[in-house]
Amino acid sequence: MNRSIPRLLLAPAVGTLFLWMIVPLGMTIYFSLIRYNLMQPDETGFAGLENFAFFVTDPSFGTAVTNTLLLLGSVIAITVLIGVALALLINEPFPGRGIVRVLLISPFFVMPTVNALLWKNMMMNPIYGVLAQVWTFFGAQPVDWLTDHPLFAVIVMVAWQWLPFATLIFMTSLQSLDREQLEAARMDGATYPQQVRFLVLPHLARSVAVVVMIEMIFLLGVFAEIYTTTAGGPGDASTNVTFLIFKQALLNFDAGVASAGALFAVLMANIVAVFLIRMIGNNLDR
Amino acid sequence: MTARRRPPFPLGLLIRTATAWSVALLLFFPLAWLGLTAFKTELQAVATPPQWLFTPTLENFHEVQSRSDYLLHARNSVVTSVLSTVFGLLLAAPAAYAMAFFRSRWTRDILMWMLSTKMMPAVGALVPVYVLAQKSQLLDTQLALIIVFALSNLPIMVWMLYSHFRDIPPEILEAARMDGATLWQEVRLVLLPLGMGGIASTGLLCLVLSWNEAFWSLNLSAAKAGTLATLIASYSSPEGLFWAKLSAASLMAIAPIVVFGWFSQKQLVQGLTFGAVK
Repeated sequence: MNRSIPRLLLAPAVGTLFLWMIVPLGMTIYFSLIRYNLMQPDETGFAGLENFAFFVTDPSFGTAVTNTLLLLGSVIAITVLIGVALALLINEPFPGRGIVRVLLISPFFVMPTVNALLWKNMMMNPIYGVLAQVWTFFGAQPVDWLTDHPLFAVIVMVAWQWLPFATLIFMTSLQSLDREQLEAARMDGATYPQQVRFLVLPHLARSVAVVVMIEMIFLLGVFAEIYTTTAGGPGDASTNVTFLIFKQALLNFDAGVASAGALFAVLMANIVAVFLIRMIGNNLDR
Repeated sequence: MTARRRPPFPLGLLIRTATAWSVALLLFFPLAWLGLTAFKTELQAVATPPQWLFTPTLENFHEVQSRSDYLLHARNSVVTSVLSTVFGLLLAAPAAYAMAFFRSRWTRDILMWMLSTKMMPAVGALVPVYVLAQKSQLLDTQLALIIVFALSNLPIMVWMLYSHFRDIPPEILEAARMDGATLWQEVRLVLLPLGMGGIASTGLLCLVLSWNEAFWSLNLSAAKAGTLATLIASYSSPEGLFWAKLSAASLMAIAPIVVFGWFSQKQLVQGLTFGAVK
C-alpha cells in the first residue's frame, strides 16, 4: 500500500486542529501585547507587559486562581470518593437495580445552564427552595446558599453533575473484577474492608485515573454554572479564572487584558496537563 | 466447582436495596422536582410548603413557545449538534484509522499533542475566535457553532475512535488487503462493520457534549442561532424569574438528551473512557 495514504488521512484532522490551536494562540499573544479595547477602537499601540501586570495585580486574580483549584479539587475528591462507594453499593444485585442505575446517571446529561438554574431557584432559594423548606421543617434557619456560600453552592452543582459520570465508570470497571479471586479471598477469611483495600481499590486505579483526567479537562473551564447563578459574586467569591477572563473580555471589553489572562489560563492548564499526561501515559499506554 | 456460595443474608440485601434506592432517589430528586414544577401554575410553583398534589397544567409549555420561540432554539440545537458531530467524525475517523493501523514513531506524540490542545481552556481562545467570527460575519450563525463545536470535540473524538479501532485485530484488515481489496473496500466492508460500535459511541458522546455546550453558544450566538442552552440562560435575569415557565423550558431542553442518554449509557462508558475501562 502507498505509504502516503496514512498521512493524507491524518492531514485534515491534524491540519484543522493545528489551525484551531495556533491561530487563536498567535492572536492571543498579539492582543496581549497591545492596547485593545473593543469600546475604544482608536486607543491603540504597543503595551508591552502592561496587560499582564494589570491582570496579575487585579485583586480578583488571586481569588480566581484559588477558587479554580478549590473547585477542581473538591469536585474531583467528592465524585471519586462517593462514586466508588456508590459503585460498590450497586455492584451486587438487588431488586430494581436497573432503575436505580438510570436514576443515578441522569444528572450527567443535564445541560449546565439548566443544572445551575434548577439549583439556584428550586433547591437553594432561601425562601421557596426545597432545601430552605427542609431546614425550616427541622426548625433551623434557612441558608441563603448563593449569597453566603457561593463557591460551595457551585461545587454542589458541579459535583451533582459529575458524580454520575464517576459512578458509571467505576461501575463498569467493577464488573470486570475477577470474581474467583474475590471468592478465594473471602474463603481465606478476608473481611469486607480487607477485600476492598487489597482487591477492589487496586483494580479501580486505572478508572480513577481516567475519571480524574476527564474531569480536569472539563472542570478547569467551568463557566455556565457561574454565569447563570452567581455571576462570579458576591464580590469575587465564586469567580474562577475562566469567568474572570470572560469578565475582562465581554463585560469590560478589554481584549488586551483578557488575552493576557487567557495566556495565564493556558499556562495553568499546561501545568496540569504535564501531570496528567505523565499519569495517563503510564495508565493508558498499551 | 468450589464450595457453593452461601445465599446472601436477607438483612444485608434489604439494607443494600434501601440504601441504593434512597441515594438514587435523593440524587434524582432535583430533576423530578423540575418535572413536577413544569406542570404547576406559577403560584403553586412557589407555594410554601411545597405542593405535591395539584392539577397539572400544560399552560407553561404554550407560554414558553409563544414568548421565546422554543422551537427555533430546539431546531438550532438539533442542527448544530448533529452537523458538528458529522463534521467531527469526518475529520476524526480517517485520522484515527491511519494512526491505529499504520503506526509510526510519531503516532504517540500526535495523540498526546491532540489531547494537549484540549487542555487549552476555551476561554483562552475566546477573544480571537470572537474577533474572527465578527470579522467573517459568522457571529450568531449556526455555521460558527458547528465549526467550533466540532473542533473543540475533535481531540476527544480522535482518541475514542483510535482506541476503538485498536481493538480490531489488524490481521483482518491485512487479510482483506492480501485478497486485493482497495482502500475503499477495506474501509467499507471490514472497518465500518467492525468499528461501528466505536463510531456510534463517539458520535453519541459528541452529540451530548454539543447539545449541552454553553460557553461558546453563550458567547458566539444570540437571538438567531441561539441553542437551548442559551434560551435557558436567558431566564437567569431577575425579570425573567418565572419558575414554572423556567421549569417547562428546562424540561423541554433536557428531556431529549436525558432520554437519549438512558438508552446509550453502555456505549457512552466505552466512549468516555477511550475504551480503557472495560
